[in-house]
Amino acid sequence: MLMCLTGGRVIDPAHGIDGQVRDVYVRDGRIIEAPPDAPEAQTIDVTGRIVMAGAIDLHTHIGGGKVNLARLLMPEDHRKSVCERTALTRSSCGHAAPGTLACGYRYAEMGYTACFEPAMLPTNARQTHLELGDTPIVDKGCYALLGSDDFFLRMLAAGESQARINDYVGWILDCTQAIAIKVVNPGGISAFKFNQRRLDIDEPHVHYRVTPRQVLRALTSAVHELKVPHALHVHGCNLGVPGNADTTLATIGAAEGLPIHLTHVQFHSYGTEGDRKFSSAAARVAEAINANPNVSADVGQIMFGQTVTASGDNMMQFRNAELGSPRKAVIMDIECDAGCGVVPFRYRDQSFVNALQWAIGLEMFLSVSDPWRIFLTTDHPNGAPFTSYPHLIRLLTDRAFRNDMFEKIDPEARAHSTLASLTREYSLYEIAIMTRAGPARTLGLADRGHLGAGAAADIVVYRDEDDRERMFASPEYVFKDGELIVRDGRLVRVTDGASVHAVKPDYDRAIEAKVADYFERYQTSSAAGFRISADELHECGSKLIVHSCRGAAP
Amino acid sequence: MAARPDKAEQRSRDIATCACPFCGLLCEDVAVRTSAGGTVAVSARGCELSRAGFARQSAPGPGSPRVAGSAATLEQAVQAAAQLLREAWLPLIGGLATDVAGMRAAVELADRCGAVLDHATSAAKFRNLLAFQDRGAITTTLAEVRNRADLLVVIGTDVVSRFPRFFERIAAPRGTLFGLNDSERRCVFVGAKPPPDAPGRSDWIACERGDMPDLLGALAALSAGARLDAQRVGLVPIERLRELANSMRAARYGVIVWSAADLDFAHAELAVLAIMRTLTVLNRTTRFSGVPLGGTEADLTADAVLLWQVGLPLRTGFAADAPEYDPYRYDARRLLARREIDVLLWISTLSDLPLPPQTDATPAPPLILLAGPNAGAAQHADVYFPVASPGVDHGGHLVRTDKVVTVRLSAARQSLRPSCAQVLRAICGELSRC
Repeated sequence: MLMCLTGGRVIDPAHGIDGQVRDVYVRDGRIIEAPPDAPEAQTIDVTGRIVMAGAIDLHTHIGGGKVNLARLLMPEDHRKSVCERTALTRSSCGHAAPGTLACGYRYAEMGYTACFEPAMLPTNARQTHLELGDTPIVDKGCYALLGSDDFFLRMLAAGESQARINDYVGWILDCTQAIAIKVVNPGGISAFKFNQRRLDIDEPHVHYRVTPRQVLRALTSAVHELKVPHALHVHGCNLGVPGNADTTLATIGAAEGLPIHLTHVQFHSYGTEGDRKFSSAAARVAEAINANPNVSADVGQIMFGQTVTASGDNMMQFRNAELGSPRKAVIMDIECDAGCGVVPFRYRDQSFVNALQWAIGLEMFLSVSDPWRIFLTTDHPNGAPFTSYPHLIRLLTDRAFRNDMFEKIDPEARAHSTLASLTREYSLYEIAIMTRAGPARTLGLADRGHLGAGAAADIVVYRDEDDRERMFASPEYVFKDGELIVRDGRLVRVTDGASVHAVKPDYDRAIEAKVADYFERYQTSSAAGFRISADELHECGSKLIVHSCRGAAP
Repeated sequence: MAARPDKAEQRSRDIATCACPFCGLLCEDVAVRTSAGGTVAVSARGCELSRAGFARQSAPGPGSPRVAGSAATLEQAVQAAAQLLREAWLPLIGGLATDVAGMRAAVELADRCGAVLDHATSAAKFRNLLAFQDRGAITTTLAEVRNRADLLVVIGTDVVSRFPRFFERIAAPRGTLFGLNDSERRCVFVGAKPPPDAPGRSDWIACERGDMPDLLGALAALSAGARLDAQRVGLVPIERLRELANSMRAARYGVIVWSAADLDFAHAELAVLAIMRTLTVLNRTTRFSGVPLGGTEADLTADAVLLWQVGLPLRTGFAADAPEYDPYRYDARRLLARREIDVLLWISTLSDLPLPPQTDATPAPPLILLAGPNAGAAQHADVYFPVASPGVDHGGHLVRTDKVVTVRLSAARQSLRPSCAQVLRAICGELSRC
């Protein structure tokens, strides 16, 4: 069956196309070149509409143990956000930490066709994949979390070679069906188990005597040498601590020129100026990102309202627990592997700190010059639920609207922010880079995030409305693998068989014997049971797509 | 018609390691032997629960479904079950002792027919859950206990009656990551008497169950450094509790272990809250975490699947095409006692869970039963499906006590019985047809 979207203004940054009128042809779920002889095609007239690839969220906490704890902790929030059963969809609910069903439905309705869970604990990988298998329509992928697991820290402390560390990292990616590696508070989650309450970048871990800088160096090298497309995904030390911009700059230094991705950089761009000893350091961090082409970042924008924060960083979440609202928290040490901390938050526009966090995120977006190296996220749900993306896009594309919103926040925070002086407005082309072409490129998804021949036919058609929030909240058409799934912002079809994207780097399988011995000696589960096969992934509900490990796509 | 599990062809074989599904520890090192006749017996590293569990699944039993007491085809039984659910105002899908696949199908069916979901052992689980939803928790997992815990304070349970290999595998094995050896571990049992295989240095603070809430309240206060005027709590001198609080503060990595099933007194959630308060206070200066033991009969699996799909825990109902969570109203025992439901679909694929007690005043609601070959309630069921058992007859997934590790089960033998998931999906399909 051939389909043609005709007359639309195509925005496809991967091919440098910025609003030219083009026809897009689709056959068997793929985009194809215009056929030479005009064959019979189902034609959809999208004249005057904006046509983009399906959006990709490269950092969204949508599945796994800590998300399920967040769901359990928030019944009062969920009660207000019910997703009713229809002829097409099943019941679900949740605003800040929605059920997987509601999550898949809502992402698809906003034109998102792929979402990446950025903090899969290896010991919890099976549950994560079971949850993602129950997240309908959208494609998924996971970043395996390393850096505080005892196997790795023992290797590092024993001075094992980089090659052996690479083998372990490769084995983890393979066994857990992951597409990238993430580190959270490098070494710090482990240090907290030894009752260390802070761990700065050059501070030694009390037991292993290694520093976060050494952890970062070993893992950035491993990811680089294994030729994993996405750089090491780094949630650095000192999350949320005033003055942590210095740590962030030191973290960039620790990469020593190798590719590194700084995640939710808003939470890591704080200074200590002013009476309240809390200030914006967005300009300094943005300047460093601009000056270092090996660095990319996603923002982790906060939005005002109720949400729940869920992080592997239990050391810092334990400190944050007393700031939570409603006042309750889950702090967990996990399986000589990692940890987690779940704390509900209500960000208030009249709170000096929250208002300034909001402004810092926007300053960051507007100050990083290369849209290929900055990504649109709220670190769902930590800064805000992903459903706030259309509002965020309006803040970035519409300066007058942004300044109106700025006028409403805490006046003291306003006085501490340069936001009103930033005149930049993101173009639709830049939005398409940040939400499509950029994420696909950094993750190595050669056939996603663009509209060239051979790409998966994940396509979104928007009305070109002045109100960008409305435009992005309610696309006119969304196609997933060539099938129409959304019409005017409402689901019209729920597709099965969404995929999990993963990479399979080369590594020496001799590492398996060492890991098996370690499991036998110290763990309480089996090494054999640790591996998730492609067949098991299918049982979990997903089809496996393996991407090449020969570096990032061009 | 009596048959060995069914007529699938069997070969006798030894399986060196398999995961045992019969308690929340989900030990993965149990050796079993299957016979040509289809029996499965534990041959090494078993415990009384695993031996009994595999033996129960090996006994002969009815091979075919039954409708109104007579043998029926699977298709007829599916149609009969669907008819009962179609006519019901408010069905209850209870028991819920099944694997992830079975629970996925149960949630879909509940949504399809507007049913309430509650687990057979929810009463125990809610002692933890209500405290969790009110205040949160500080917890840790089994491998952390194994390698780090230098002080275990065990509240109201001997642990081993419900989790037989806890001390052998988790709390007192040889070899730890950080050089912690058995002589450095201390274990204090509050309430139940220490079992023989508890670590060497075990103390016992005997206490009546009825005194437990007061004792835990006092322990929370003493941990916070409060002075108490009382001289004793029940039979326990305050001085004894003060010593305990002092050693808890001095521990490097302590844990409080409890099993909600053993906190069997009114408003036990308040006792769990007192444990949480104690942990919060202790973590100001040292590390101390909770180890709530559960997961048996797949209660945590049922909760996890419903939570991730729908966003709400058990005791959620789907009447009116929308999910509603109410830990009081949707309590299965209350719904049955008050006759607020008009069909009961009961799932028990691991052991033979007894049906909830029912009053004799009014006729019991129609019963659809998915259970093993020897289900006690089979003769009372309006529709009975003999189903396969996860981890014995087919592979699957169960959630371990600490809610972190999901264990992959494998089949020990061939079986022709359908799985719980297959039956529920067939019923769901039948309901969709008209």
